[in-house]
Amino acid sequence: MGEVSSVLLLTVPTALPLAVAGAYALAGLRPRTGSVLAVPSTAEPVMAGGRPAPGTDGAGRMPTAVREAPPAQGRHLADWAALVSPAGILACAVLLALRVSGGRALRAYSGLLRADALTVWMLLVVGAVALIACASAPAHLADEGEAGRAAGGSVWRFHILVQAFLAAMCLAVVTANLGVLWVAIEATTIVTAFLVGHRRTRTSVEAAWKYVVICSAGIALAFLGTVLIYYAARQAGIGEAWALDWPTLAARADRLDPAVTRLGITLVVLGFGAKAGLVPLHAWLPDAHSQAPAPVSALMSGVLLSVAFAALLRYRMIANAALGPDFTRVLLTVIALLTLALAAALMLAQRDYKRMLAYSSMEHMSLIALGTAIGTPLALSAALLHIAGHGLAKSVAFCASGRILHLTGTARIGRVRGLLARAPMLGGAFGLAVAALLAFPPFSLFASELGIARAGFTAGMGWPVAIALFLVLTAFAAITARTARMILGPGPGPHADEEPSSNLWPLVLGLAACAALGITLGPLAGLLTTAAHTIGGR
Amino acid sequence: MSEGLFTQLLDLACGAFLLAAVIVLWRRELTAIVRVFALQGVALAAIPVLLGVHERRWDLVVVGVGIGVLRAGLLPYLVRRALTALTAGQQRYGTDTGESRETQPLVNVAASLLTAAALTLLAYAVARPLVELDPTPETQALPVGLAVVLIGFFTLVTRRRALSQVVGFLLLDNGITATAFLAAAGVPLIVELGVSFDVLLAVLVLQILTTRMREAFGTTDIDDLRELHD
Repeated sequence: MGEVSSVLLLTVPTALPLAVAGAYALAGLRPRTGSVLAVPSTAEPVMAGGRPAPGTDGAGRMPTAVREAPPAQGRHLADWAALVSPAGILACAVLLALRVSGGRALRAYSGLLRADALTVWMLLVVGAVALIACASAPAHLADEGEAGRAAGGSVWRFHILVQAFLAAMCLAVVTANLGVLWVAIEATTIVTAFLVGHRRTRTSVEAAWKYVVICSAGIALAFLGTVLIYYAARQAGIGEAWALDWPTLAARADRLDPAVTRLGITLVVLGFGAKAGLVPLHAWLPDAHSQAPAPVSALMSGVLLSVAFAALLRYRMIANAALGPDFTRVLLTVIALLTLALAAALMLAQRDYKRMLAYSSMEHMSLIALGTAIGTPLALSAALLHIAGHGLAKSVAFCASGRILHLTGTARIGRVRGLLARAPMLGGAFGLAVAALLAFPPFSLFASELGIARAGFTAGMGWPVAIALFLVLTAFAAITARTARMILGPGPGPHADEEPSSNLWPLVLGLAACAALGITLGPLAGLLTTAAHTIGGR
Repeated sequence: MSEGLFTQLLDLACGAFLLAAVIVLWRRELTAIVRVFALQGVALAAIPVLLGVHERRWDLVVVGVGIGVLRAGLLPYLVRRALTALTAGQQRYGTDTGESRETQPLVNVAASLLTAAALTLLAYAVARPLVELDPTPETQALPVGLAVVLIGFFTLVTRRRALSQVVGFLLLDNGITATAFLAAAGVPLIVELGVSFDVLLAVLVLQILTTRMREAFGTTDIDDLRELHD
């Protein structure tokens, strides 16, 4: 019985979003079986509905390229169906949390899927951020439809790709096989490519191209690193079936050849670092995050970066056992400080608020990397808490920025004024989310940044932490000045363009969760400690 | 198969594999580049087939055939199709924007070839600990895989046509696959399948994006992608 339920709990986070994606594909296909098609006039074989549609070439050229909007009721149902998978992921995470307490792990499919406390923590973050993003998606899609940008099929395509994106991230989190982990993270690049490039304008095509090329090439390095570790493991006498199994590798890493492991780990850090927005392969991040639709930016920034970073947390365990803790510590510290310096410098001259949020993601990822480099239990717990807090606050900030973009029609900071007067709730939500990102109490980022700094000073890494704090202060000044300009001041007219509250509840929920985490961890405290313990905080 | 013959055939396949990567750097016509890339796929597929025959592991032979179908057949076909679509568009508009040629790569051909030589030396230097760990004929050929990875990266950053970048990415990927076979007779089957599927999808995505780039910018010159900056 326990066997069956653990198989179920480990399968559902990946299978449920895939099933929902399939349902969307079917629903999107059904109206199309008539004579009208959702494909715009171009004759290219578009990925209609997320997969190559057979016969698109013939039918796509038909003059009737316009399709009547789906009936309101169906649309409404479609919007709500997207929330099924975040809810399912959260439910599985909660049930798994009860069963992994005390450092136990669940396995399924002969060790292919595995849940420990880190898995559960990441699943909780993925579920929570996905809930915020998917709940904000209907407003975004309605805007697109209003602006005439949503050609009939694009709504379905959006839902299918977002659900597939969730499935890939969950697979990356629940798998214990480092090869499958790589496959899942590369799959996120592929499914999000068309979400980034959804508009076919010059900017979005450019962003999508850079995104796919830089991320695929960068993450290919991570695969090379994985291959080298596999080679070292085989030479250390680990059988073929277990040589990529994370628990086996972590337990027997002291037998790996140090020179080969060093090369492999360096490549893995560079490769997954590309996906986590760390230098030197970070160049895709500001472009992709600023061009993607707001809910997708929220998912990419809030969880995709940290899912990729969670892979690094796993590899760090192997590296520390094989090479001693200094190797990853130096590597991660250097990368973290360079990323932080770059992000702070580019934020000082930033004129686009979505890009500003993207650079802020790089800032926070480098803080998480720094916490990981410090590596004490306190630092690792703080880094994991920072992952959660950043995910919640950044997804709220990106979703709010999407509403602001719709309201003002511009992404330029200089052209947005008096948001608080114009739309008090929306401006307030954006301001609070930015305040959370700036680590004001009571939001959890305050606690986690404090934890990272304290752990750094106690662990004898005073200098790197001091430099990091200075750079964070620079970023703080840059973000504060720009956000204040956007939300304060008189509104443009006497009337207030308030958002309907149905669009804002996800944002309020996210802010409340972030603040609650900052006040007390409650039942999550044990999980957080166990998760930090799992990745080497002992 | 005797030990000596196996080593010679393996070295031949690896030599052809590296040579193909160098020729990709040398040629400018995209059609020629794609043809050479397909030949490289054949050389790559030969490596697992040879390993499989030598060690009497027929599963490796099957994997090798699958790799051959993908890397020497399907992927070159996709790139060639994208190229045909681009040049057809060019004829339709009656303009010669040089879609089918790498007219002005960032680094000229002579310097590219010298760089390729330097990268190969670098690969041999970097791979020394890998070879020393288990000096067999397979691992002694392992630096070739790394050299192709580096050459692929070099192609990716110095070429200006979108499709040349795709070929650079695929070279990189071929190099990694070769490294995996030479180092450890390939990764487990489920991972190999997943990786191949990901690469195939990535190329499909890039192919569609190339078409969109052509529609939005009128060219597939990467240097024209400069709308987004700080």
